[in-house]
Amino acid sequence: MSLAATTGLSTAERSPALREERVAGVLIALLCLFLVAAIALPLWALLSKSFENHEGSFVGLANYARYFATPTLVAALYNSLWVAALATAIVIPLAFIYAYALTRSCLPFKGLFYALALLPLFAPSLLAAISLIYVFGNQGMLKGLMFGASIYGPIGIVVAEVFYCFPHALLILVTALSLADGRLYEAAAALGTSPRRVFLTVTLPGVRYGLISATFVVFTLVVTDFGIPKVIGGQFSVLATDAYKQVVGQQNFEMGAVVGMILLVPAVLAFLVDRLVQRRQVALLSARAVPYEPKPNSSRDIGLGLYCLAVGGLVAAGLGVAVWASFVRYWPYNLSLTFGNYDFQTVEPGGWAPYFTSLAMAALAAAIGTAIVFVGAYLIEKLKVFPAGRAFAHFLAMLPMAVPGLVLGLGYVFFFNASWNPLNLLYGTLAVLVLNTIAHFYTVAHITAVTALKQIDGEFEAVSASLKVPFWTTFRRVTVPICTPAILDVAVYMFVNAMTTVSAVIFLYGPGTKLASIAVVHMDEAGAMAAAAAMATMIVVTAIGVKALHLVLDRFVFGRLQAWRKR
Amino acid sequence: MARLISPRMPHGLMREEAGDSVRHHDGGTAAMRHADDPMATPPGDGVSSLPCLSIRGLGKHFGAFTALKAIDLDVRRGEFICFLGPSGCGKTTLLRAIAGLDRQDEGTIAMSGRDVSDAPPATRDFGIVFQSYALFPNLTVADNVAYGLVNRRRPRAEIKARVAELLALVGLPDQGHKFPVQLSGGQQQRVALARALATSPGLLLLDEPLSALDAKVRVRLREEIRSLQRRLGVTTIMVTHDQEEALAMADRIVVMNQGVIEQVGTPADIYRHPATAFVADFVGTTSFLDATVTGPGRVVSGALELACADDRGLAPGTPVLLGLRPEEIRLRGVGAGDVNAVAVRVEGLDFLGSFCRARLQPEIAAAGTLRADLSANLMRDLAVAEGQTIMVVLPPESLRVFAARG
Repeated sequence: MSLAATTGLSTAERSPALREERVAGVLIALLCLFLVAAIALPLWALLSKSFENHEGSFVGLANYARYFATPTLVAALYNSLWVAALATAIVIPLAFIYAYALTRSCLPFKGLFYALALLPLFAPSLLAAISLIYVFGNQGMLKGLMFGASIYGPIGIVVAEVFYCFPHALLILVTALSLADGRLYEAAAALGTSPRRVFLTVTLPGVRYGLISATFVVFTLVVTDFGIPKVIGGQFSVLATDAYKQVVGQQNFEMGAVVGMILLVPAVLAFLVDRLVQRRQVALLSARAVPYEPKPNSSRDIGLGLYCLAVGGLVAAGLGVAVWASFVRYWPYNLSLTFGNYDFQTVEPGGWAPYFTSLAMAALAAAIGTAIVFVGAYLIEKLKVFPAGRAFAHFLAMLPMAVPGLVLGLGYVFFFNASWNPLNLLYGTLAVLVLNTIAHFYTVAHITAVTALKQIDGEFEAVSASLKVPFWTTFRRVTVPICTPAILDVAVYMFVNAMTTVSAVIFLYGPGTKLASIAVVHMDEAGAMAAAAAMATMIVVTAIGVKALHLVLDRFVFGRLQAWRKR
Repeated sequence: MARLISPRMPHGLMREEAGDSVRHHDGGTAAMRHADDPMATPPGDGVSSLPCLSIRGLGKHFGAFTALKAIDLDVRRGEFICFLGPSGCGKTTLLRAIAGLDRQDEGTIAMSGRDVSDAPPATRDFGIVFQSYALFPNLTVADNVAYGLVNRRRPRAEIKARVAELLALVGLPDQGHKFPVQLSGGQQQRVALARALATSPGLLLLDEPLSALDAKVRVRLREEIRSLQRRLGVTTIMVTHDQEEALAMADRIVVMNQGVIEQVGTPADIYRHPATAFVADFVGTTSFLDATVTGPGRVVSGALELACADDRGLAPGTPVLLGLRPEEIRLRGVGAGDVNAVAVRVEGLDFLGSFCRARLQPEIAAAGTLRADLSANLMRDLAVAEGQTIMVVLPPESLRVFAARG
């Protein structure tokens, strides 16, 4: 401030603040630029590619017409739809009863049961398919139970998808069921209503939005999942494997783009329904609602307990079989244990390299992604300048939620592989994998950060301005320390998903950047099931390890740093 | 339309003479003042005579809703101003426009003669305290107070001394090591006040600072803020919806309604001479009668003819609104020949502790009901009871004439 004495009051005071506004504007512009390059342009590339012929000239709906005129392609669409419908119809009731047990009964060890059911979140989707093959496949232990039917095909896909989607449905339904207003139940009890009528008139209407949302989410997950049909689908083709075949197998980019656009339809629908439903759900619960407290009821609690034991056990088994098999010498004839399957050199030219590439990619995506997401959410949520830019950035940040990984991956192929694009030298590098992963999982991370920021007093920036402290100082000294738990959540979410994702990155890896999850697909293709299971196990162990580390750190280290929260 | 009532300013003149040397006369503040501190630069001759804050033609819209309309206001150095009005009247919008937090759509704002209409908040010279305190929860009380000082790269010892002095000033010595969550609401608000005062701002903005506090704490803190403000002489604007708070604290009150200023004046002025029916109704209690002017100093409400001292020179036939404060109705020593002696029936009595509020219906049908405050001993002396008919006087000099309700 020694300048002030020489240059006078007004200039000394004016310049830092104007610089602050300029910095804010530039940062918001940079955020918009990043989101446009990472999300909007790849999607645009996909859209325009679906309207072009092989030479790149506009052909209108010709590709779409050709798609619907090709019986094999339409059959895949039909297959995708009924498989997804069936899997959804199985998952939703299963998850609903499980969620009901976790929220509306006096079941002991609820946390343990919840954690058990969430395990598949830490594995690539195809792990359940590998387990199924070990149990019911050609060399399966319980092959006899199939009564001659084959697990390779729709049966295997549906069962594996049920395993994979169960925790996703459970998360939504547990949230919906825990939003109950206890007063409604007390009123119903006071009027002498039968339990069945209470369930039909109070419980079900209260969670109908959650049920709708879960249904759409699961349906979309199944339609867009690539890993499971790839591993266990056999000759049964679905949309996701078709897109892969068109692009990677036949280099038919236009048809791949059309399949991608078709994959986008259920996802966008689910996204819109979810937005609509969320708005209603919020209005449903008044501020004066009293949380529902379940009362002990031994027959109900025992029944639900056995159910949770069975279902939770099965979900864990879906993971456990593959893990066990990865240590088995020669399934199912010699069940003695060995680490031999972890010597990847014999089946994968890179050996352990894909695993370490995955670690590096996940660590980079977590570090860079969290920084961009959190700073971006702060700029959007807390600053006042450049409102149009902030609204645009928020829109782009919400977009990836509606885009399946496979579709985003296709978009990246068309955008980053294009000869006219100066960024095409990134194609096949770790950088593009990191960028794609950040974009793929941007929305949930963004929502987490925005939710945390909304809980902070909205006047901090105003106070800082009145004290002539620039916003970045307040960001560093106040906002980041307060939001540390949310920032860690975002980082762990990014890391776990970067480790387990297959769908988007399958199009994008290069010779030196094969990821562990892709190595699993390749080893399975090559018939090295045990090695595939071993690599998948490494992914699960790493993801769960990071999550466990997060919980431990949160409890013991960061708890101490957050002493200011306690009275 | 904004009315700028010419001020009588009981203490204002004294402060103006004392000038800026009175501002922050506590010892430590002076210690903080260095030649290179822009805040410490004594204003030149031209500056001190300028209003501390000057607002002209300010307007703001939120879509079709007009939040502020043609606001004109001058605030003198050292004044304590209250923006008073019901929620949604635009008082907070006006405060935020002054701070630069929400920019106005039209009009200008000048601080000490400098046009800051388009300046970002950081270049305006103010400190602000919010209803929510907005204390940084992860910083200690001392770090909160020092927040604006650290940025000015002062030596650590000096900051420490200044923080200690400010905490002593707001009555929280030795609490610097605590976190905000460990303090009561009233203590947190004191810390927020200390933080706002730390950089010696030329203007202190208080946005409903007492609304979140318990009634007793509110009254105590109100007195403390007022005496602190007088000691430091810092120009202060406080937003409140509580008329009692405004009457007790302000040098001048700016009464706002629906985005316009209804009246500006000293508390006594506002209470005794409300400029509009809204002000009469919002500040204190007033009973209203619909009436028509019948001649100079004469009005009629229903069939009840009354004399009023101030008819505002309105032509006979003009519909008006008569306002009368409940404490102005006279019950003792009423003679039948007194001016405006009226027979009324006691319709109801609400017991309010030290006094009763009576609903009185004139025997001669009038367009409205009157309310009167009857003290406990008056009630005893006159044995007033419900259903009774008594004679009261509506003193002509206390009857206020307002424009009829639109």
